[in-house]
This record gives sequence, structure tokens and C-alpha cells, in this order.
Amino acid sequence: MIYHITDNRASAVALKDIPEVDYAAIYNDLKERLCDEHYHVAHYFATPESSRLKFYIVLLDDKEQRVMLTSFAMEYYEEVALPSLTAIHPALHVFEREIAELYNVEFDSMPWNKPLRFPFNRRNRNSTMDNYPFYSIDGDSLHEVNVGPIHAGIIEPGAFRFVCNGENVLHLEIALGYQHRGVEHEFTSTDNRLRQTLLAEGIAGDSAVSHATAYAATIEKLCGKSADSNLWVERTVALELERMAMHIADTGALSMDVAYQLGQVASEALRTMTINTTQAWCGNRFGKGLIRPCGSNKPLTAEKAAMIRENVSEIRHRYSEVVDDIKSSPTLLSRFEQCGIVPKAEMQRIGGVGMAARASGVKRDIRLSHPYAAYGSQIEHNSIRQSDGDVMSRLMMRCSEVLQSADYIEQLLASYKPTEISRPDYEAALAPESLAFSLLEGWRGEICHVAITDAEGKIATYKVKDPSLHNWLALAIAVRSEGISDFPICNKSFNLSYCGHDL
Amino acid sequence: MGIALNTLLMIVVAIAIPGVINRTRATLAGRKGLPFTQHLRNVGLLLRKGSVYSTTTTALFRIAPAVYLGAAIVAMLFMPVADLYPLISFEGDMICFAYTLALARVAIILAAMDTGSSFEGMGAAREALYGALIEPALMIGFATLAMFCGYTSFADIFAHEQSFNLHLTIVMFLIAYLFITIAFVESGRVPVDDPRTHLELTMIHEVMCLDYSGVDMGMIHIAGWLKTACFSMIAANAIAATCCFHWWFAVPLAILLTGLSIGIVESTQARNKLVRNTTFIVTISALAALIFFIGFLLQADINI
Repeated sequence: MIYHITDNRASAVALKDIPEVDYAAIYNDLKERLCDEHYHVAHYFATPESSRLKFYIVLLDDKEQRVMLTSFAMEYYEEVALPSLTAIHPALHVFEREIAELYNVEFDSMPWNKPLRFPFNRRNRNSTMDNYPFYSIDGDSLHEVNVGPIHAGIIEPGAFRFVCNGENVLHLEIALGYQHRGVEHEFTSTDNRLRQTLLAEGIAGDSAVSHATAYAATIEKLCGKSADSNLWVERTVALELERMAMHIADTGALSMDVAYQLGQVASEALRTMTINTTQAWCGNRFGKGLIRPCGSNKPLTAEKAAMIRENVSEIRHRYSEVVDDIKSSPTLLSRFEQCGIVPKAEMQRIGGVGMAARASGVKRDIRLSHPYAAYGSQIEHNSIRQSDGDVMSRLMMRCSEVLQSADYIEQLLASYKPTEISRPDYEAALAPESLAFSLLEGWRGEICHVAITDAEGKIATYKVKDPSLHNWLALAIAVRSEGISDFPICNKSFNLSYCGHDL
Repeated sequence: MGIALNTLLMIVVAIAIPGVINRTRATLAGRKGLPFTQHLRNVGLLLRKGSVYSTTTTALFRIAPAVYLGAAIVAMLFMPVADLYPLISFEGDMICFAYTLALARVAIILAAMDTGSSFEGMGAAREALYGALIEPALMIGFATLAMFCGYTSFADIFAHEQSFNLHLTIVMFLIAYLFITIAFVESGRVPVDDPRTHLELTMIHEVMCLDYSGVDMGMIHIAGWLKTACFSMIAANAIAATCCFHWWFAVPLAILLTGLSIGIVESTQARNKLVRNTTFIVTISALAALIFFIGFLLQADINI
């Protein structure tokens, strides 16, 4: 058996329990296994271990709720080309590109080994954003449009290069993350767990609760302290509030991009109401300070629960009116339908995750496939899917998920009995030489945190995966052969994170 | 005296329309919104600023805003306000009016190409295409007026057709509708263009002015207001000619017709997919042709 089998609720795994096998065995197994759509790789990374380079793979079995861990190793300076899995399963491209960029590992016959994010600790310092050769096509009737290299609104690195034939996009190449933040490295540079929590909250500002929860869950697994069920109910409510707020905000943003004022102002007002609810709970509109490992500083009291229920039902009512309005506006439908299509097969092939994948009909929902928190226990999660994979499907995903989240919050809080919640624990000892991972479904999709501890129980490696990492490629595919003027709504329908890529 | 009042009223219309649009939008959105005169303050601010020029641009780029504004002012001077008389008027001035505005368009398109930016090149291509497509609508609309009234000068057309008759009323209302639709396209409003968008890739008019700043930008804004006022005034004159041909009726009508219709459309509907704009504009031309034939049949008293 080349895998150690565990699941998303189990505690940390001792490193010695994770089999170390030949790359050939893993290659052959994944080559076959990934053809089945129930399997996908949640994380695949390399980390130096004494003189060796150790590779870990977190493989998810969506059908059986299993998480399968395996590893292989090579000498640090060994120059052996590994046969590339990306060549067969393009979904793995981000992982192999990261490994190649950081450790100079060669992947044989990899289709396009372009740098993932130009990190400060990359091997080849000569490769920079300034001399990056964007893909180009020659032709008298073609022209290139460059957008970026810094986003004009959010001031984050993102260089978009379009190759266009008149108004039509032939190809879009996206280069991100080249102002490397080094978040993963920061996790290992401090032992202060409060600082690490704050760092997790800052991974992507729009997913503060999701990333903080993923961090907290990882640490709890390493401490062997499982949070009690009420704390998980609180976290689920916070996660669903975040999902509601972001989906409503994106409904407004999509309306704004097609100059539909009514949808825009109504959604903006509702979004404010949602994040203000979070603020009334924990003092921060984005839920910063709410999620802490092994406890909480902002326990949910009966009054706060009642306030959240009241606000959420009001938001639910008003938002469903907005949804009806959008569905019945021909001018909006003509903009959103049949625009920016990513077919199911394509989404599956490139390994899309989250609501964007579900909009194309791909079954990807950690809440269903690898339940955590209150999902699968207090909540019977019903994963919503669409089939067309166009902008309208992604918008409808948001609309349906907001209403669903509102129902979940109502359902959880209706039977909620406040109990004594412990204060956060930043000191508990972590299990030495262990690996802990945490998977959860943020509003954008699958978030995966993996921590590996050393012999003294310190975090030696911390790996974060934001769903944007996979889905940026889906955006590039969505705009092919669309009009360039439809790029903004395609982009907004995914609403991917720049900083989530730049870790 | 009449001429001075005429010019003054045109300026009032030009200034009031953007204010009415903004107030309508704010009211329909349930927001407090901008004050009525906010656009004046913004342009006032721009006019007090200097301009910054890209080093890749030439003199063409610097002249363009002046040509653009100059052409818009000249076009405005052709326009009568109901019973008042415009400053410039001669046989065939409606043709001159149309091509003065075309000159403005050419100037700004050339200036956009001059910057060498890929965004502005795209904007210029779009503006040129839509400008060419809207021209038949404009010319057929003028032709209908000329055929129906027998004059080719704005002042003569409207001044000589004030008696109430059913045929005239039908044609004039259709003409009013046509020119308000043309005003949507010419002033770059939803559903053709979105003056508020921040997305360069979707812009048409705004993207051509990306490199302009300060005084130049202010001049472009003012020229835009004047253009809208001209089309709005044609529509208002057409309606006024059928019922109450006085300047005090035509001026509020011109402001409200365009201000409210643009405000309402911008509040309640999304803009077109860019490829659909072509169909939208060609449809306006088709509508113009239809109005021409209706006018022709009515004038010849042919009953079908």
C-alpha cells in the first residue's frame, strides 16, 4: 500500500506512518487514479529534510471521504528528471511548477514549465517578471493588449497579456505573485501562535475566516485537542456568513460591471448588512479576531445568536428579491448567458475547485466530500451545482449558495444552546514529527493547509493552498474566443484572489 | 437679443442635463446622490489644473480637445431654441451641423491613436465603427425633416411648422424619439457605453480620453454636454412645434426628455454586449428609414 489513509476529521499523522515510496510507483498510481473524477490532488509539495528533498502528496478520494497521504524523496542536489504528471493530468501543473521553481527539480516532458510566482527563494534569480517571455502569436491582424502588471484598483501584482484578433481574445496569459509575500515562510519563522493566527487571517482578506479556521483546525489536530462541537457550530456560522457576504458582494460587482445600477446598489446594501452582522458579533467586519485555535475570545451568546438570525432572515428575504430581479432582466441575461464558458470536461482536466467548478457541473465540494465542522453532522449538506459553466451559472451558484447559507445559519442557530467556550490556547505543545492538514470549503473553494512539525514540535513547514491557485487557469480558458470587453465580467464571475496566489 | 438668449438657453440645457441624469439615477437607486451641480464643480476643478502629456504623443494629441470643443460649440450655435433664432443659420446648415460633429469625432479618434496605447486604439476602433453606423440615422432623420418641411436649415424647419395637424404631429413625435435615441449613442450612455465604468476594456468614449488630464479633460467633458444638448434640443423642438412653440416650453422639455430618459435607462437596465451595439445602432438607422417613409406617405397623403 503506497498510501496512508486518513480523513478530514482525524488527528495529525506521524511522519513515520506516511509511506515513502518510489516516484515511479506514485507516478504509475496517480496516472491511473486521477482518470477517475472522484480523485484529485489537494496538495503536492516538496520540503527540504536534512540533506534530502521530501515530497508529500495529499490525495483526496471524494467518494469515500478518504484522504490519502504519500511521500517520496530524492537527494537535494540530485539531478534526475522526474516524468511529469502534468503532461497527463494538467490539474497538477501548479504543484509541479512550484516545485520546479523552488528546488530546480526537473520534470520531464512538462508541457509549459513557466514560473508560478517568482518567489524570493527561487533557484533561478535571473528569471524575473521583467524578462518574462509572455506567450505571443505572430500575425498581421493580431494585436496584444497588456493589462497590469499591477491591478489598478487593488494594487496587487497581476499581469494579463491578451492576444487579440480585433475584439476577440485568442489567448490570455496571466502572471501573478511576483511581488512575493513569503507567507508560508513567515509561518515557520515565528513560534508565536497568535502571530501565526493573525498571519492566517491575512492570507487573503476576503477569506479571513476560512483561512483562520483552516489554520486553527491544523493546529488543533497537532495539539490533539479537538474543539468542542459548539465551537465548530460557531465557526460554521462564521464561514457561512463570510460566504454570504462575498457572494452578495460579487452579485453587486457583476451588476456594476454591466452597468446595472439596481442590482449593484441593492447588493451593496445587503453586503454591508452581512458584514456588519459579523462586526456586531466579533468587532471586525471580515471576521478577524473571531477564529482562534482551541477556543474563542468572542463566544456566541444567546443575544448575538438571535441578532444574527434576525439579520440573516432579513438579508435572505431581500436578497431573494434581487435574485428574482436578475433572473427576469433580459438585458442581464443577454450579458451573462453563453459568456465565458468553461465546459465540464475542461474544468475537470485543469482541476478547477469550488463554486466555479460546481458551476461547470464538476463535483467539488469539501463540505460534502470531506465533511468538517458542522457539515455532515448537524447539517446535511446538499452541494449545489449548475451545468453550463458560463458567467450566468457562476452567478446563479452565488445566488443559490447565499440562500442555502442563510438556511444553514438559521438551522444551526435555531437549535443552538450557548455553553462555556474555552479561551484560545496558544501554548499547547504540538506533536513532534507529524503532519496535519485541514481541508475546508471557503466561499471560493477548497482551502488546504498542511503543517509538518520537526522533532521539537515546532512547525518546520507550513503549506497553504488557496482555491485561486487552480482557478486562474479556468479564467484564462473562459475568455478564449470571447470579446475582450467581456473579460471584466468573466473575471468578476470567478473573483479570484491575487494574494491567495502569492503565498 | 433673441440670438443671445438662444445661445444662453442652449448652455443652460447643456449644463442641466447631466445634473438631471445624476439626480434621476440617485433617486431611483434610493441614494442621496451627487448634488445637482457636482459635474460643474468637477469640471471647474479640471479647468484649474494643468495637463500632463505622455512623451509618445505629438501636437495632434494636444490640439484635439480644442478641436473637439470648438466643433461642439459651433454645432451648438446652429441650434434654435423653439421660437428663438440661432447665431448661425443658412440653407443646408443641418448637413454642416452633422459634419462639424463628425470633425470632432475624427479629432478625438486621431488623438487616441496618437497615444499608441492598446486600450485607446481599441476605443478609437469602436468609436469609429459606431460613428459610421449612426451617421445614416442622423442623415435620414435630417432628410425626413427637410422633406416634410421643405427647408434645410434648423431655424427655418422649426419656425415654419407650428400649425397643429395630425400628420405633422405623428412625424414630429417619431423624429423626437429618433433623436433621443441618437443622443444615447452620441453621448455614450447605457446601453451603448457606460460613462461610469472603471473597466478600460469595456469603455468606448472614456477609454479614448484616458491620457487626457486637467484642462483638456474639462474641455472634452464640456463638449460632450454640448453635443447631448444639441440632440436633445432637436427632439424638444420637434415636439414643441406640434403644440406650444415657445422657448420656455422647449427648454424644460429638452432637459427633462433626455435627462429623465437617460437616467431611467441607466438605472434599470444593463448595457449591451459590445457586439450587440452594432445591431442596436443599425436598428436606429432602420428606424430612421421607417420614419422617413412614414413621413413620405403622410406628406403625399397616401392612405394604405
